[in-house]
Amino acid sequence: MKKYILKRVAISIVTLLVILLVLFLMLEFMPGSPFNDEKLTAAQKAILNKKYGLDKPMLIRFFNYIKAMLSGDFGVSYTISKNTPITSLLQTRLPISLRLGGQAILIGTVIGLILGLIAAIKHNTIFDTITTVISVLGVSLPSYVFAMALIYGLGFRLKWFPILYDVKKPFDSSIMPTISLCMFTIATVARFTRTEMLEVLGSDYMLLAESKGINSFRLIFRHALRNALIPIITVLAPLVVGLMTGSLVIEKLFSIPGIGSLLVSAIQSNDYNVVVALTFIYSLMYIGIMLIVDILYGVIDPRIRLVKGAGNE
Amino acid sequence: MNNPNIKTEFLPGDFDLLGSEKISQIDETYASQSYWHDILKRFTNNKGAVVGLIFILLVILMAIVGPHMSGRTYYDQNITHQNLAPRVPGLEKIGFLDGSEKMHTSQGAIKQNKYISADSSKTTGLEDVYYWFGTDVLGRDIFTRTWIGTRISLYIALVAVLVDMCFGMGYGLISGYFGGKVDMFLQRFSEILNGIPTLVIVTLLILVFRPGLLTITLALAITGWIGMSKIARAQVLKLKEQEFILASKTLGAKDFFIIFREILPNIFGQLIVMSMFSIPNAIFTEAFLAFIGLGVPQPLASLGTLISDAFKSFTTHPYMIVFPVIVLAIIMLSFNLVADGLRDAFDPKMKEV
Repeated sequence: MKKYILKRVAISIVTLLVILLVLFLMLEFMPGSPFNDEKLTAAQKAILNKKYGLDKPMLIRFFNYIKAMLSGDFGVSYTISKNTPITSLLQTRLPISLRLGGQAILIGTVIGLILGLIAAIKHNTIFDTITTVISVLGVSLPSYVFAMALIYGLGFRLKWFPILYDVKKPFDSSIMPTISLCMFTIATVARFTRTEMLEVLGSDYMLLAESKGINSFRLIFRHALRNALIPIITVLAPLVVGLMTGSLVIEKLFSIPGIGSLLVSAIQSNDYNVVVALTFIYSLMYIGIMLIVDILYGVIDPRIRLVKGAGNE
Repeated sequence: MNNPNIKTEFLPGDFDLLGSEKISQIDETYASQSYWHDILKRFTNNKGAVVGLIFILLVILMAIVGPHMSGRTYYDQNITHQNLAPRVPGLEKIGFLDGSEKMHTSQGAIKQNKYISADSSKTTGLEDVYYWFGTDVLGRDIFTRTWIGTRISLYIALVAVLVDMCFGMGYGLISGYFGGKVDMFLQRFSEILNGIPTLVIVTLLILVFRPGLLTITLALAITGWIGMSKIARAQVLKLKEQEFILASKTLGAKDFFIIFREILPNIFGQLIVMSMFSIPNAIFTEAFLAFIGLGVPQPLASLGTLISDAFKSFTTHPYMIVFPVIVLAIIMLSFNLVADGLRDAFDPKMKEV
């Protein structure tokens, strides 16, 4: 087990280094230098380069770069808000995005589980059909379609919720974005739960448990759901990725001051430092979640680490 | 047995004779079927999948002929034809898609028809003009633009399948078959690449290149094959220890002969299914990129950029967004249904991915 975790951690660290290297190389080979003012003489440029450590060999600069990125020093923004440290931009924006994503994944997973469970227990009934339709629609339609429908119906016509994010009413404003973000999660989780539950419910040990006279509530929650949940953890990682991509669009649609909309406007206005910083943060979150899911999966299902261990070492 | 009240004796009336004609109804004899015939039969039995396939064919047909049907181009702007609601000959007589639209403003709802002036003494000059899906804010024909956009989505689907089939498959087959150091190296590489979010790769590519079809294609090529290579590798690992591979080896077959002629035909079904599932994902990615302003450059349109453009005025002119969204939804739904149907057809026991 220890070996398995160590291996996962090592891979994650290497991945992070690769991302940092790519970002660094892109910074290096982007045309232009920070000091391309024509009035500067060669000597002045040399002094400036020395001051900012740009005269050192590439390898040392790379290590300095890693140190700066990991300590949260991302430099300043060029165009979005001039000369503001990116860290201070992030301070207000990151919590908003994290809360939105957290809400969406939590609500999405719970509703998806319930729907999938009902569909599996009432297999081949109207509930099953409804769940299938919901999950096919949820997987097929991009989240911004739901968002637009909500904006037009509940926001614009009925005026129940604010169309644009209102900092003074964070809860009201986050309802519509959360619903549109979690549709995909609901669909995927419901679909997966249904398949897994159907398989578990048809197994011999469920028949044994049933013939022992265990009541149906206990039967489903203690015996069936626990086993069905194991594979569901695997879909969580792709779901989080989906949420990340989804949040870009949703934050833009609802004008939510989070990191997703910051990334969009940074790309559009070529604010290179901000893009790099956000790219790094997204990668960090992604790698962290993948690592947790991998380890969790190894802990819950011993077969995984045995198979992987046998295959790779 | 503990209960003495229950009779355990059987009476003659408890049984009834089962004639041979009833048994013969249960047994059905089939002529022997080939593998592909079997799959075709299972696929065509799945109503959803067949409907999906029909819709895909329809969409492909429309993507080919659609841009030429209205006689307008996707880039021609006509300032006098701005913001016209959809109007279809024939349907307008029953009051549906007749060129009128309801505008909801802060003063309340107004119903207006820009084609026919409410005052019968004036003419708008548009009485004989029909825009089936309406026009956008620049007076471009949304019908033509929608089918041009569909072409882009279908192109993306093709790229996704090609990347899966050529690169992902080859990578997985080689990694799984050769094993050892080759496998170790290839797997570490794909694990690291897999650790980088697609979003990040796409963003970086766009910083280097310009937003456009090439960038999106590249992004798909870099990230799209990893899932496929994992499946292919797992399948090869399952097969390569079997006797028929050993037999082939003993007969002196070369490695690549075994991989492509012995192993591949046996796992091709799963790989097709897997590549079908990557299509909706790829179209999804394109639609998202378009929406955050990284789509194909103007005046070219993809479904994503059409939706994103129409969103800017969608509270006043909701019709602009409806048709691109419907077409996108049909494409996504159809590919999902067909992929589901293929999976069930190739391997009824295979779990949902």
